[in-house]
Amino acid sequence: MTNLFVLQLLNGVQLGVLLFLISAGLTLVFGIMDVINLAHGVLYMVGAYLIATFAAATGSFWWGLLLTLPAAVVVGLVIEAVVMRRLYARSHLDQVLATFGLVMMANEAVKMIWGTSPLSVPMPEILSGSVPLMGPLKYPVYRIAIIVAGLAVALGLFVMVNYTRVGMLLRAGASNRDTVSALGVDINRLFAIVFTLGATLACLAGALVAPILSVDTGMGESVLILTFVVVVIGGIGSIKGAFLGALLVAVVDTVGGVFGPILLRSVLDPSAAGQAGRVLAPMLVYILMAVILFARPAGLFGKTA
Amino acid sequence: MTALTVTDLCKHYGALKVTDHVSLDIAPGEIHAIIGPNGAGKTTLIAQLSGQLGSDSGRVALDGKDITHLSMPERVRLGLARSFQITSVLPGFTALENVALAVQARQGSSFRFFGTVAAERALNAAAMEALHEAGLDHRAQIPARSLSHGEHRRLELAIALATKPRVLLLDEPLAGVGGEDAETFVENLRRLKGRLTMVLIEHDMDAVFALADRVSVLVYGRIIATGAPDAIRSDPEVRAAYLGEEEQEIA
Amino acid sequence: MTDMTDATRVTAAATRPALSGRVKAALTLFVLFALMPPLASALNDPFYVLIGTRILAYAIAALALDLILGFGAMVSFGHAAYLGLGTYAVAILSGFGINDLLVQILAATAMSAVFAAVTGAISLRTRGVYFIMITLAFGQMAFFFFISLSAYGGDDGVALASRSTLLGMEVLKTDFGLYYTTLVMLIGLFFLCHRITKSRFGRVLTGIRENPTRMEAIGFAPFRYQLTAFVISGCITAMAGVVLANQAQFVSPAFMSWHKSGELIVMVVLGGPGTLAGPIAGAVAALLLEEWLGALSEHWKLFFGLFLVLMVLFSPNGITGLLKKLGFGEKQK
Ligand SMILES: Nc1ncnc2c1ncn2[C@@H]1O[C@H](COP(=O)(O)OP(=O)(O)OP(=O)(O)O)[C@@H](O)[C@H]1O
Ligand SMILES: [Mg+2]
Repeated sequence: MTNLFVLQLLNGVQLGVLLFLISAGLTLVFGIMDVINLAHGVLYMVGAYLIATFAAATGSFWWGLLLTLPAAVVVGLVIEAVVMRRLYARSHLDQVLATFGLVMMANEAVKMIWGTSPLSVPMPEILSGSVPLMGPLKYPVYRIAIIVAGLAVALGLFVMVNYTRVGMLLRAGASNRDTVSALGVDINRLFAIVFTLGATLACLAGALVAPILSVDTGMGESVLILTFVVVVIGGIGSIKGAFLGALLVAVVDTVGGVFGPILLRSVLDPSAAGQAGRVLAPMLVYILMAVILFARPAGLFGKTA
Repeated sequence: MTALTVTDLCKHYGALKVTDHVSLDIAPGEIHAIIGPNGAGKTTLIAQLSGQLGSDSGRVALDGKDITHLSMPERVRLGLARSFQITSVLPGFTALENVALAVQARQGSSFRFFGTVAAERALNAAAMEALHEAGLDHRAQIPARSLSHGEHRRLELAIALATKPRVLLLDEPLAGVGGEDAETFVENLRRLKGRLTMVLIEHDMDAVFALADRVSVLVYGRIIATGAPDAIRSDPEVRAAYLGEEEQEIA
Repeated sequence: MTDMTDATRVTAAATRPALSGRVKAALTLFVLFALMPPLASALNDPFYVLIGTRILAYAIAALALDLILGFGAMVSFGHAAYLGLGTYAVAILSGFGINDLLVQILAATAMSAVFAAVTGAISLRTRGVYFIMITLAFGQMAFFFFISLSAYGGDDGVALASRSTLLGMEVLKTDFGLYYTTLVMLIGLFFLCHRITKSRFGRVLTGIRENPTRMEAIGFAPFRYQLTAFVISGCITAMAGVVLANQAQFVSPAFMSWHKSGELIVMVVLGGPGTLAGPIAGAVAALLLEEWLGALSEHWKLFFGLFLVLMVLFSPNGITGLLKKLGFGEKQK
């Protein structure tokens, strides 16, 4: 029981770290540019497809990853320059429509280029296998590597946001956009940097997760909504909120999915508990979101208007 | 009893005390002007009195009833209306529709889904009356977005009047209105005198001294003097803090 | 009291002739809809009638969404949930042997009213980007709920044995019957929505769209009016779902996917938000475009997406600006 719990907790943290990588860019884009971007999940999917292609071509996960990152930067820059840049000053409705169009295009384009059957990415040799944790409990090395890599990126972001000039501008921009323009900063360049950074992080998340997931066209969709929940819970524009929100959402989703039914069984008879558990488990994160928003409409770390 | 009682009202933004222990007693039927230099905190005070903005501490009472914790709509329903310094109307609605909506807010339920509201005679008649009092009845059918600046100011007044307030908070109703237009506007306001209590924020000193029964001077969030217009005009501290600046500007 | 003559004159002017341009446009559409089935059978292509029913159902949903998106400026990205609730009301009731359209509509609206009231109350505590994302998330919640309902086929959905009856009569058995019943529903709901937008309630709703602060300053608390509109809109959308279940004779979570919510928004915006007749035309345009592109290429979504992106990028102030320029959208009465 404890073992199962620890295992699920670790899985939750691993998912949380990935969610954070995706949400970090999204929350900055929302917070600083006030732009809603439905196509953010697409970038995660593209990251996975890129590494699948590059890893297959070079025969190495590491070369694949090394090539994916610059490609991700290019993808981010292009999308920013061609589409996003023209949306900053538009209504939310226009942003919704255009980025919804992007999602349709991207999903279809991926199908055309890579086909509809899922791809797989081989796990790098040194990160395969499991390590013993406690007692008989083992945990895959690769998942631990994801957690470590994600935390390292989170730390890097934290340092960047709190101790660099760009970070200072980001924080100022998230709380008050006019201040930033008043400082004489080229706001368009700042936006391009933020968007591309966010896009790269999302691609990175997709690339990291590729070896333990089958890479398919649906993968961006499920994750997009979860990142929205993360951003909303954490508070738009808050990196710290995105981090805690991501962990919270992921842990509730994974641990709750397993232990919710077990808990229910203690109050309901087994068959009813099983039924209720199956229905409730996938809804848990949304219920969590509803509860948090009910108490704090601007999220955990959002500005209350 | 006083119509509006303000006790020790405070509000700060960071280190900036925008409203600093403001206390006011406004008598029924009085026109009470509040003057003060730019950035003194006049609009903030109106926002606090109207319930648009919460206060850090202090009390607001309307006819002796504590309204400190009521929302803006709740205060309006008790008879406390306000106008905006920066015109805030419904741009896609005609002047008449803007005002009729304010009448509708106090007359009957708005959870009526079927009757055609544009055909409700009682609403339109009351709205026309308010427009007439603000001197805008001849422009009733013009969409608000097509009205001139001066007309917007009158529409602000008409909308506020249509809520049938007992106490009316006017935030620089004459802002940007000049010359003859300002004179007729002041005349419109004078006709309301005695019928309702008014808190009037205004930079136009001619208007203030023509209308006000009493004047309070707000500087850096604090009331530094309250009194009859003549007393205020000759108060040396006020002259130093405020009127002096004006004269310098003119000179 | 003063100038009563003036007031009465204005009142007379305010009571415009009964048929506004918008109603005329809608009536024209309805006549065309009514003529479509005979035409289709003359062309010996009765399959069009079934496609037509689908278009009418989405027109109902677009109409409902316009009530809050166009008139209330609430961009709900979760409206497919109500389509889904409508379809599942049909499936669930048929499990109990109940197949009457009226009962189905009643159940669908009741379920939707509860769901809209709860999720709307939470979503409406926020605005802007938050509102869009939260409605999207709640839509997804409903989606996952029905995916995990194994009794109704989960992910795969469940086929319906037969079409609904109407007061016990088998009117909907034929494609023609279903089509014309849907058309009657659409016409009825259009006039219902039209009346609502002209009513006291409608004026408050549009007022909140134009300037919420001003509305509070004259004594309206926006929340309760927005929530009421949200619930009404959800209920009407659910009726479209009831029709869709009959049209497809199949129910699955696919009706609730967030892409469907996006498509509903596309329909409203294509036709012109805040016009009621426009979104009906928008539903026709969007679905015909889909059918047409689908016939041209299996990758029609690529072109549809491209169409959306280009449309937004190359209209100077966006689609919303374009429509405003053409005289749609902002106007209200
Ligand atoms: N939201 C806010 N955050 C921070 N400071 C604010 C805010 N709103 C107002 N202020 C500051 O509070 C002070 C008072 O502003 P306020 O608008 O109340 O002045 P005012 O007396 O109405 O000025 P004016 O004559 O120009 O209308 C100003 O210094 C202003 O910059
Ligand atoms: Mg002011």
